[in-house]
Amino acid sequence: MITSLAFLIAAVLFILGIKMLASPKTARKGNLIAGVGMVLALLAVLPQLHGSHGEGVSLWKWLLIIVGILLGLFVGAAGAYKVKMTAMPQMVALFNGAGGGAAALVAAIEFAHLTPTSSLVFVISMLCAAMIGAVSLSGSIIAFFKLEGHFDKPVTYPAQQLLNGLLFVISALLALVMAMGSHSMVLMCLFLVIALALGVLMVMPIGGADMPVVISLLNSFTGLAVAADGFAIDNVAMIIAGTLVGSSGTILTLAMCKAMNRPVTNVLFSAFGKVDATASAAAGATGSVKSVHADEAALLLGMAGRLVIVPGYGLAVAQAQHQVRQLADELAKKGVEVVFAIHPVAGRMPGHMNVLLAEADVPYDQLIEMESINPEMDRVDVCLVIGANDVVNPAAHEDKSSPIYGMPIIEAEKSGTVIVMKRSMGKGFAGIENALFLRDNCRMLFGDAKASLQELVTLVKAG
Amino acid sequence: MTVEMLIFVIFVLSVFLGFELISKVPSMLHTPLMSGTNAIHGIILLGGMLALAEADGFMQYTAGFVAVVLGSANVFGGFMVTDRMLQMFKRKK
Repeated sequence: MITSLAFLIAAVLFILGIKMLASPKTARKGNLIAGVGMVLALLAVLPQLHGSHGEGVSLWKWLLIIVGILLGLFVGAAGAYKVKMTAMPQMVALFNGAGGGAAALVAAIEFAHLTPTSSLVFVISMLCAAMIGAVSLSGSIIAFFKLEGHFDKPVTYPAQQLLNGLLFVISALLALVMAMGSHSMVLMCLFLVIALALGVLMVMPIGGADMPVVISLLNSFTGLAVAADGFAIDNVAMIIAGTLVGSSGTILTLAMCKAMNRPVTNVLFSAFGKVDATASAAAGATGSVKSVHADEAALLLGMAGRLVIVPGYGLAVAQAQHQVRQLADELAKKGVEVVFAIHPVAGRMPGHMNVLLAEADVPYDQLIEMESINPEMDRVDVCLVIGANDVVNPAAHEDKSSPIYGMPIIEAEKSGTVIVMKRSMGKGFAGIENALFLRDNCRMLFGDAKASLQELVTLVKAG
Repeated sequence: MTVEMLIFVIFVLSVFLGFELISKVPSMLHTPLMSGTNAIHGIILLGGMLALAEADGFMQYTAGFVAVVLGSANVFGGFMVTDRMLQMFKRKK
């Protein structure tokens, strides 16, 4: 009774926590409230722990549980506090994979305890938890490596859809056999191995740019796996928490896809790189690249009345968030009105730029979302694009053959002058040319973003 | 209504609640939100503890122990990393 009540309170705290996470003012408190709910749920489950025959838990097992929790706490805390802000998406992917792995293992252990009289509902939810958890584990690990820059290109191989389909059919058949009453651990292990392979094969063909969507999707997968485990072991707290994450994660995933103007099926089942790369080249952007030196750029910036800074993943790579804030502060001192325009999918995760700039103490009311800034872009004197590419590519509006056609962009080209800071003329994640760079009002400032920004700060200070 | 049915009702209601909770979130909070919900599914640690408690034999002990470690990393790491992100969201002083 007390345990159920505690689970109910924990569930309410999770709901309040998620609700508060949705507003900048209350977000941190929301996370803490959800954390309190979690501690409550963890304490409440203690009296429920029992051995396989209903006996008390042996001292040895208590020891294992405590050591396990402390070990996880240590690893989790080390990861959470050591990771650089730029590597945040990878960290979330790893934690998510850990949850998925745990869900699969719990399902496997419960499966081993099945009796011939066990209800079919329990068996099916166990199988779901095992499958989804394992897919989430291996998928998250691949997503982690992709974000770390390993196998950056989408990996495609012949008949990938066929192979994935075949594996899926095999695992469905295995699940059927197990649900029919063959509770063999060998089958379960085989089932898990196939699920792990499916996770790898599902994520491998997806390009690095789409990893945020993948992580968000796998996050909701893990939620569902946890909910299924909750069914299997009859734990209401796990069902509610897992389901909340599963459904809210789905909405978040769809919101991300919407920001990129691509249906979720397109993200998952077609390798981005395969989209006709010749089409946009044929569209033939005209004009030439005009590069500037830092001193000229500093002059342009200093004379601007209104300046919009568009940060992209390049800023994160160069770790230049502090330099860009310094530049914004110096320019503000000179009377320039400076704001940051944030594209919803700039960086490797939605909100990535907000987190990065927040680290450099840029107040969040200086960060303007794409929809709010676009109508004002033609009244902006200078637009400074730092390490962003696809999110300011006018081809998204103008070139019907472009793979990113239809994606909402920040309309940098409408401002008086565009200064683009970039390391080279290399392409963005989508692997396509950017017509913006050839526009008459566009100037390229080549070089490492951190070094260039540092130089600009010095020049602006001096000038 | 059977207990199984009741649980199913809870599940369906939670699905809709999840949809409603998320529908209006500014994109600046998407990363912390993903990270925060990621921490919440760390409740699998409960499942890991329950499973380890009733484990029999070396294989199950190992699997249960690993599940507890992974679940614990998920839940504690998840909340800490979210908090670390959110403590940086400040208004202009």
